[in-house]
Amino acid sequence: MFAKPVFPESLAREKDNTAESELFFRRALVMVLAVFLGLLAVASRLVYLQVLNHERFTTLADGNRIRVQPLLPTRGFIFDRNGVLLAENLASYHLEITREQIQDLDATLEELRQRIELADADVERFRKMVRRTPGYIGVPLRFGLTDEEIARLAIDLYRFPGVEIKADLTRRYPLGSLGVHAIGYVGRIDEGEMRRIDPGQYSGSTHIGKVGAERSHEDLLRGRTGWQQVETNAEGRPLRVLSRTPPTPGQHLYLSIDIRLQAVAEKALEGYNGAIVALDPRNGEILALASQPVYDPNPFVNGIDFASYRELNTSKDKPLLNRALRGMYPPGSTIKPLMALTGLEYGVINRYNGVFCRGFYQLPGSSHRFRDWKRSGHGSVSMDRAIAQSCDVYFYDLALKLGIDRTHQFLDQFSLGRPTGIDLPGEKGGVLPSQAWKRQSYNQNWFAGDTLSAGIGQGYFLATPLQLAHSTAAIAQRGVHFQPRILHASEDPGTRVKTLAEPQPLPPIKVRDPRFWDTIITGMVHVIEGGTAHKIGIGAKYRIAGKTGTAQVFTLGQSERYNAKRLAKHLLDHALFVAFAPVEDPRIAVAVIAEHGGGGSSTAAPIARKVMDAWLLNKYDALPEPLPAPDAAPHESE
Amino acid sequence: MNQNDEGLFLRLIRFDPPLLLGLLMVSGLGLFVLYSAGQQNLDLVWGQGMRLGLGFAIMLTLAQLPPRYFRLWSPWIYLVGILLLLAVMIVGDISKGAQRWLDLGVVRFQPSEIMKLAVPMMMGWFFAEKPLPPRWLHLLGGVLITAIPFILIAEQPDLGTALVVGSAGAFALFLAGLSWMIMLGLAVLTGGAIPLFWTFIMHDYQRQRVLTFLDPETDPLGTGYHIIQSKIAIGSGGIYGKGWLNGTQSHLDFLPEGSTDFIFAAFLEEFGLVGGCLLLTLYFFIIARALYMASRAPDTYTRLLAGSLTLIFFLYAFVNTGMVSGLLPVVGLPLPLFSYGGTSLVTIMAGFGILMSIYSHRRILTR
Repeated sequence: MFAKPVFPESLAREKDNTAESELFFRRALVMVLAVFLGLLAVASRLVYLQVLNHERFTTLADGNRIRVQPLLPTRGFIFDRNGVLLAENLASYHLEITREQIQDLDATLEELRQRIELADADVERFRKMVRRTPGYIGVPLRFGLTDEEIARLAIDLYRFPGVEIKADLTRRYPLGSLGVHAIGYVGRIDEGEMRRIDPGQYSGSTHIGKVGAERSHEDLLRGRTGWQQVETNAEGRPLRVLSRTPPTPGQHLYLSIDIRLQAVAEKALEGYNGAIVALDPRNGEILALASQPVYDPNPFVNGIDFASYRELNTSKDKPLLNRALRGMYPPGSTIKPLMALTGLEYGVINRYNGVFCRGFYQLPGSSHRFRDWKRSGHGSVSMDRAIAQSCDVYFYDLALKLGIDRTHQFLDQFSLGRPTGIDLPGEKGGVLPSQAWKRQSYNQNWFAGDTLSAGIGQGYFLATPLQLAHSTAAIAQRGVHFQPRILHASEDPGTRVKTLAEPQPLPPIKVRDPRFWDTIITGMVHVIEGGTAHKIGIGAKYRIAGKTGTAQVFTLGQSERYNAKRLAKHLLDHALFVAFAPVEDPRIAVAVIAEHGGGGSSTAAPIARKVMDAWLLNKYDALPEPLPAPDAAPHESE
Repeated sequence: MNQNDEGLFLRLIRFDPPLLLGLLMVSGLGLFVLYSAGQQNLDLVWGQGMRLGLGFAIMLTLAQLPPRYFRLWSPWIYLVGILLLLAVMIVGDISKGAQRWLDLGVVRFQPSEIMKLAVPMMMGWFFAEKPLPPRWLHLLGGVLITAIPFILIAEQPDLGTALVVGSAGAFALFLAGLSWMIMLGLAVLTGGAIPLFWTFIMHDYQRQRVLTFLDPETDPLGTGYHIIQSKIAIGSGGIYGKGWLNGTQSHLDFLPEGSTDFIFAAFLEEFGLVGGCLLLTLYFFIIARALYMASRAPDTYTRLLAGSLTLIFFLYAFVNTGMVSGLLPVVGLPLPLFSYGGTSLVTIMAGFGILMSIYSHRRILTR
């Protein structure tokens, strides 16, 4: 139809006003008919409503009123991969007010104040919510009523139409702070969220996932709101239900973390600020995601009091910061195996060539000395020894031969410099520097010195612990890698049918010669067997491949010497360690960062060993006792 | 039909008596209904009366201008409208607030409102000297003229106005004599694309939104509540209605937006099926008269302009009454001349002014 010209005669057509006028007249007639039919359709609809269904609607309109009430779904529980309960719902009571049934809101609030304690913040939040909620929907005023408060209110509640005590479910995290950075918590819906969410779905809802898996899997956990149409009397009390669509409860989630391993990791890191990420290289599942310090999520659920929040928020240890995803650290020497792989891929070096290390490196025509961590130098080093002994000079030389842009291009495949895409909110991307990046961020040219720093994971280079674990897993699997994820499975609470989350493979990283992987993995094995982290190899029942790292926090002057004893703790280097094990059949990849921990080999490596031992040898401590069920709120004793 | 048929008055002040009568009847009735629907608040009625007065004044003023001016200005009005839409997009982004409004210090207004007039004008201008029915290339031009403002407005997002502007262009193309085969082809293409779009491109939650939009009663906590209450108000009105000032649903606040978008329901509750049919007849009379006037216009520009403006009016009336009675999805378009407030009232009256100008100047222009 479209191949043929529709108006063949139109090619040489002139404007013909008479013909066009007639054409228009015909079209206008068609429209008059269309208008007539359209309005007739509306009129027929009116007949349908006003004549055929008149009685039904009269009944509905007359005596009483139709109210629509949301029916809230039950939020799914959260378990760890073995079914240990991490988040549940407990019955509790709150006070709810339906605005349109209240004559004088201020007076009512004042009267209620005389019966129960109402914080100004609660009242403030309540007033804001009321303004945004249709008048026929109840708005919560106070959560967590105690038995005594309920008793006091119940006596003369009949005097306050529109004020009701409602049963609800409160989220509780029985293990307290354990795993909080992975699990997250729910909290009261705030103003920003009010604008974002679907008002129908969330009408009557008071809580929403704020951080962690509670937030990223909100849709699964939440379920779908149902509703019922009820007929009410003049005071708005429900008389009977006209129709009902039940809510769909939320899914139970099984996180990929093993809470026992999580406990081991958090305990091993105790005393340091920092993070541990352990994941399964075979499918990208996060096994432990620790960030120290931790905090108890339970007070956040119904609104943490201002003083406690300020204390958490202003503490210089930043307990609320999820360091595993959002802490950006110079990767330091942990980047060296990947630098070596990049060098092999681009053919600028081979595994046999040696570099002579005098303890420092100088750019041609410059007197600035780029130091090796070992002042006396490593002598002649080949790739294997350069990784095992973490020789800086070797990698200065390699970085210069590669240039920053080639490095950037190759390492980008390991999700460095961009978020890995884990199903947890707020992940940072770190920085994988390049000439273009520096121009864009600093409006400066890239210098050769920048390349040298980047070659040992310093300078502009920044990575999150998650990125380090993720790239280590990619090495362990020789380029086969998966998007990291925290969701192991979801379960329908009714049918108990479990749906396993599918591994999300990423495009495999290809190198010219697959033996390149063996070269750097051997280097990483020699880190443990005779290299910088030989101490943690002692007594290990499986073979480990790893790499230590020490990230400079404090830049020394050219003639100064790093002396841990003389530096204040907050200027001490960050200790890093990445590893995977067993080498032959990797089942865990782990990255450890201990802020100001001093050295990677002395501090971070033993922590990683504890985590790997636990996972591979089933060596767990006893889990902490679940928190006792709270009695709504502490009773005031008489 | 010679000039002497018309009185001196009509030659001094140009307007169309039947059309004016129809408009006055609808707006007069509207004021009565508003008094009742607005809880007998005289200020509300007064405010609406002022607005109507302004609308009629603008209509009569525009009716005095010869249509050649409109034609001359068409591309410029269109261009300025597009620039203002872009400005809204940029400034709106900065303020993060109301993206539809442009604050000029003294006046705030919605540039999208201009496009309701500018698109029909530009379509008329574009096809004025081109042979009709349009050729492929010209058809493409017409589609572009409509699509650019449509996309800009839909991005704001203001789906109601985007719908009006998009339809205005479509009406103009239809009146220009767009071949039935092409329309059929487009309909088939769209019909074919929807299932593909639905299955492969849309996410679950987007599908859910569309379903809710098409059938609001599945979402009784949101827009569905309006429809449920609206149907109760209409249905309980019956054939003769409960009588003026006797509507219970609208007065007891059960009918949301009873004096604005849902005023038709308040009207039907009190005036019943009889009142409803009377109002629909009045609308039909206005539209039919306006289309007749358009078909008497002397040239392509005036014909297309007058015709599209009329059909925009129809669109408002049809979409609103259809929505309120639960026949169509909820799109926030007011009932013209009836709903309280709305800048769209002024636009609609300006449209009728242009229409009257075209009709009353036709002899002078023909030759």
